[in-house]
Amino acid sequence: MDLIAKGLTYKPEDEFHLNDVSFGMQKGELYTILGRTLSGKTTLLKTIAGLITPEGGRMLFNDQDLGQVPVWERNIAMVYQQFINYPHLTVFDNIAFPLRQRKLDDGIIRGRVMDSLESVGLTGFEGRKIQALSGGQQQRVALARSLAKQAGILLLDEPLVNLDYKLREQLREEFRNIFSDKVSSNSILIYSSTDPLEAMQLGGDIIILDEGRVLQQGPAHEIFENPANTRVAEISNDPAMNLLSGAIDGSKIVIGDDIKLAVPAHFKSLTPSAYTFGIRASDVSLHQKGLPFKVELAEISGSETFLHVQSGRHTIVGLLDMVQNFDAGDVVNLKLDATRLYAFGQDGALVSSPFAGDF
Amino acid sequence: MARIDLRGIAHSYDPDATDPIYALEKCDLTWRDGGRYAVLGPSGCGKTTMLNIMSGIVTPSEGRLTFDDMDVTEIKTAERNIAQVFQFPVIYNTMTVGQNLGFPLVCRDAPKEVMVKKVNEVAETLGLEGLLDRRAKSLTADQKQLISLGRGLVRDDVAAILMDEPLTVIDPDLKFRLRRKLKEINEFYKSTLIYVTHDQNEAMTFAEDIVVMDRGQVVQIGKPKELFERPRTTFVGYFIGAPAMNMFEARVTGKNVVAVGDVEFATETDLSKTSTDNIKLGIRSEFIELAAKKTKNAIQVDIQRVDDFGNFQLVSAQTGHNAIKVKVKREVAVPGKQAWLKFPKSRCCVYADEALL
Repeated sequence: MDLIAKGLTYKPEDEFHLNDVSFGMQKGELYTILGRTLSGKTTLLKTIAGLITPEGGRMLFNDQDLGQVPVWERNIAMVYQQFINYPHLTVFDNIAFPLRQRKLDDGIIRGRVMDSLESVGLTGFEGRKIQALSGGQQQRVALARSLAKQAGILLLDEPLVNLDYKLREQLREEFRNIFSDKVSSNSILIYSSTDPLEAMQLGGDIIILDEGRVLQQGPAHEIFENPANTRVAEISNDPAMNLLSGAIDGSKIVIGDDIKLAVPAHFKSLTPSAYTFGIRASDVSLHQKGLPFKVELAEISGSETFLHVQSGRHTIVGLLDMVQNFDAGDVVNLKLDATRLYAFGQDGALVSSPFAGDF
Repeated sequence: MARIDLRGIAHSYDPDATDPIYALEKCDLTWRDGGRYAVLGPSGCGKTTMLNIMSGIVTPSEGRLTFDDMDVTEIKTAERNIAQVFQFPVIYNTMTVGQNLGFPLVCRDAPKEVMVKKVNEVAETLGLEGLLDRRAKSLTADQKQLISLGRGLVRDDVAAILMDEPLTVIDPDLKFRLRRKLKEINEFYKSTLIYVTHDQNEAMTFAEDIVVMDRGQVVQIGKPKELFERPRTTFVGYFIGAPAMNMFEARVTGKNVVAVGDVEFATETDLSKTSTDNIKLGIRSEFIELAAKKTKNAIQVDIQRVDDFGNFQLVSAQTGHNAIKVKVKREVAVPGKQAWLKFPKSRCCVYADEALL
C-alpha cells in the first residue's frame, strides 16, 4: 500500500466530520470517494492535502508519516469544483505555471506540458489564449496543469459538479480515459462524487463515506453487487435502492399486508425471521400480473422513466426503460423481481445478495 | 394567470450594428395559461434572454409581448405581475416565514385578514404551515426556495412564475421533493410555470412541454417523449438523452433507404424529394439491437469497450470512422471483438441539413 490512513478523526465542533477513517490506496489506481453532501468527502481530501490537521489517526505515504510533512512539501495536486485558469496566459503558460514556480528546467517543463496536453486531447492548442477555448477545453487545461505537476497524489473534489449537464457527461468519459492512461500510472487518483453512476463509470475502487465514516471499500462492481449494508445500498444507487421491511415466513416473503413474494433460491438458507429487503429500481417492472401500486409521480430523464409509486405504507421507485407517460393517481401493476432481492439483517448488514448468495 | 404570447420577438444586445448578432432570433411562441414549461439549452443559447424579455428586465429589440392580448412590451418589471424564482433563494433573513410570504401583499396594502388567509393557504400548500413563526434564516435551502416561490403564489394577479435554474443549490435528495411540490402547485393553482435549465433531467421531469433552444433559436417544442424519440434537429438528438443520439453521415440510395459507407439501412422516411448532400442517419443507443450474425439493417462493428454502469452496460463500438454507442441490459453478454448492430427501421431518424425529415 502506498497511502494508508488509520483512524483519521476530525471533530471541529459537536459533529464528527471524519470518524475513525481508515483505508489503503495503491499507486496507479483510481479511488472514488462516494457520499452524499456533507458526508465528509471534502474534509477527507483536505486532510490528505494537509489543509486540515486531524485530531486523531495518521497517514503513511510511501512509508513516510504525512503528518510530519508540511503542506508545500506533500507533492499533492488538488482540483477543485471550480476549475481555475489564468485568463491572460496561453494554454502552455497556464500549464507551465506551477512548474516554473518550482524552477524546473525549461526542457523538462516543455516535455511535461506537451505530455499532459496530449493526454487531455489538446495537442496543438498550446499557443491559444484561454478565452478562445470552449468551456470543456478550459476544464481540460485545468486538469492538464494538475497532471503536469506529476504529483504523487491527485485529488479531485467533485470536479464536474458545476458544469452544464451535457459537458459533464462528455468530460466524465474523457476523464475515465485520461485516468486509465499512462500519465497517471505513478499517481494515486482520488476523486470525490455524490453520483453513483459517475463512480461506476470511472471504474476503480469506491470508498463509501457517510457521516464521516467509511462504510465500505472495494471495486466498483463489488459495491454494486454486494453493498455491505442498507446505507451503502442507498448511497451507491441512483435512485436509492428500495428498502422494505418484512419477514420470511415459510415459503413466502411477506412485506406489510399487501406484498407477498416467493422466497427466491438465493435466500434458501435464510432462517424465517424479520429482514429488510432491498430491490433496485431497475428490478421493478410493469407486469400485468404484478401488484397494484398508485403512481405518485413519473420523473422522466432523457431516456428513462422513474416511476414513484405507493401501496399501503410502502413507497417504491421503479426505473423503466424509455420515456413513458403516467399521471399521478394512475394504478399500475408492478412486478418486483424476487430473484434480484437483497436481504439485510436487523442491524442493516447484508445477509444475502442475488450475486453472491449468503454472507 | 394569463396566456403569454411572443409575437415576432427578437433581441440583439447591439441592434444598431451593421450586422447585429441576435441573442434571441425572431420567434413566435405561445405559453398556455396554466401550462408547465421548461426552456432547455446549453449556456449561451438565449434561454435567459427569453426569460428576461418576459419578466421585463430586457426590452426586446423587435416584436411585441402580450399577456392575454394586452401589450406589455414597454411595461416595467414591477408592473407586469410576473413572479420570479432565481438560482439562489431571495428571502428576508430577519423576517419570519409568514412575514416573508406576506411581504408582496404588505407592499400592495392588502387588508390584514386577506393577507393572513392567503399566507396560511399558501403555507399549507407548500408544506410550510408549521414554520410560519420561524426565522427564515434557520430553514434549509429547499424550504427557502419554496418561500421564494410562495411569494409569487400569494398574489392573485400573477401572470406567470418564471424560474431560472431554481434547483441549483438544492441537495440531490431534496430535488425530488421540490419538483413534486412544483407539479402539485401547478395543478392546484393552475399557475403558468416557466422553468429555465441546462439540465435535461430537470426539464423532462418537470415540464409538460419543453422548449429546446440552440444558438438563439427555438429548435423544438415538444413533450419529453417526442424529444427523445423524434428529435427535430441533430442538435436536439445530441442534447437530449444520455448518451447522445448516434449520428452517421449518410447518402440517399433509395426511396426509403440511406447508406452509411456501403451498408444500406431501410427507414420509414420518404426520401424521394431530398436534394441535399448533407444527410445524416440518427438512432438512439437504446434502440440498437445486438445481433449474433449478419442480418438486415445491420452493420458490423468492432467492440472497443464495455462500461459497467451497474444497471446497464454501455458498449462503445467503431466502424470505419464512425463511433457507435449501444445501451444494453446488465445481463446481456456482449461479444468480445466484433458484433452486428441492427437498427430497427421504425427507430431510424433521417436528417437533411440537420433537420428531421
